[in-house]
Amino acid sequence: MSTFTESAATALQLIASFDPVLLSIVGRSMAVSATACALACGVGLVLGAWLGVARFRGRLGVLAVLNTLLAVPSVVVGLVVYLLLSRSGPLGFLGWLFSFKAMVIAQACLVLPVVTALTRQAVEDVERVHGEQLRSLGAGPLLRSLLLAWDERYALLTVLIASFGRAISEVGAVMIVGGNIDGFTRVMTTAIALETSKGDLPLALALGLILLGVVLVLNAFIAVVRRWREDVQGSLLVAAGGASA
Amino acid sequence: MSALFELQAADVRFGQVTALKGVNLTIHPGERVALLGSNGSGKSTLLRLLHGLCMPTGGASRRDAAVHQAMLFQRPYMLRTSARNNVALGLWLAGQAWGEARMRAERALERVGLSHVALRNARTLSGGQQQRLALARAWVLQPDALLLDEPTASLDPHAKREVEALMDEFARGHNANPMTLIFASHNLGQVKRLASRVLYLEQGRLLADLPVNDFFNGPRLKEVSEAAHLFVKGEST
Repeated sequence: MSTFTESAATALQLIASFDPVLLSIVGRSMAVSATACALACGVGLVLGAWLGVARFRGRLGVLAVLNTLLAVPSVVVGLVVYLLLSRSGPLGFLGWLFSFKAMVIAQACLVLPVVTALTRQAVEDVERVHGEQLRSLGAGPLLRSLLLAWDERYALLTVLIASFGRAISEVGAVMIVGGNIDGFTRVMTTAIALETSKGDLPLALALGLILLGVVLVLNAFIAVVRRWREDVQGSLLVAAGGASA
Repeated sequence: MSALFELQAADVRFGQVTALKGVNLTIHPGERVALLGSNGSGKSTLLRLLHGLCMPTGGASRRDAAVHQAMLFQRPYMLRTSARNNVALGLWLAGQAWGEARMRAERALERVGLSHVALRNARTLSGGQQQRLALARAWVLQPDALLLDEPTASLDPHAKREVEALMDEFARGHNANPMTLIFASHNLGQVKRLASRVLYLEQGRLLADLPVNDFFNGPRLKEVSEAAHLFVKGEST
């Protein structure tokens, strides 16, 4: 217990003193995960929205694969990206292994199924109820999917935040493709694993606290967005009721 | 005069459910056709079939390719944006440039008496206003035929009258070019006021197809369909 309290106290000191090592690790983590999410969302939102609207032979198979990918462990994603980027792999010529870019790709691959699957569900739900009306106005599948995704933007904001949470808290993929190189590819989760194994518990705990804080802030943000959406919808209903009275 | 819509022994099935069975129907330009029948009788499916939102699983369906048509739903879907943008969307989807579409949308809103809410979020409008907005969105496309699926079903009497007046006005058209109106309704008064011809459906079958006067007055309805006669009698009491 004393080890824990001592470590916690030292960890808080590190945080309060803006320890440069700590800050660089946190900054890198945020940059990697934010870039990965931006990439994954760019593709996943469009692909998910299209899957929510399009009907084609083999769609159920695609959805089954997509849902399976949701459960793929991050180490497996890391391994696949490692094999692709390794010197003998098909993308080895890029020389990206053990770099920031490699970590971004790994995390993007990890969250892409999450963004795609959740977007698909959100858009498909609206398409089922209202898609016919957009179809009657002449909107084809792609336009319809984009319009419905845009109309469900507040719901999709939650998807973006959730995917960032998934990216920043994973350790397996970035450990494999980043290599946890000090000052170069070390991020919060890999640093926690390393410092714990070395016995430097205060730094590990400080990073753990910050990671927890980041996830907490994200969850709080999701809650605020949800509450705000409910308030907006509530006020829309009240306004509609008032207007009809 | 060539027909706008023509169905020959048209069937529509959704899995095991038969929504329409053996429907023969011809609709000419300028007609005002009301679809009557209880819930699940096939009115909405018939409208969807005429609008091309579903295809016949049996028989044949023919639409004049040159005919522009628009459809209104019982609960119109409005995007989370201004009333003006919702109207402009229809034009933009029809290939109009966005700037021009917004200008025409403003004129359409003026036509349905919604200019004052042009910049308001369409979802904050009342049910009646949303239905008028949907009418503006349909009318601005300058359709030759307007199909409406119970457009006043969820509206209060005042909003109902407003929407009905607009339907009547649009159907009259201008320059001696009346718009074809095809609407589903449960409201017999509305059918009497707006329709020139009434179709009665039951369990997907078209049981009666009569001019509005013959449908509501005289012995012809009873001769054509006892079920339709009983429906009208029941709804009238």
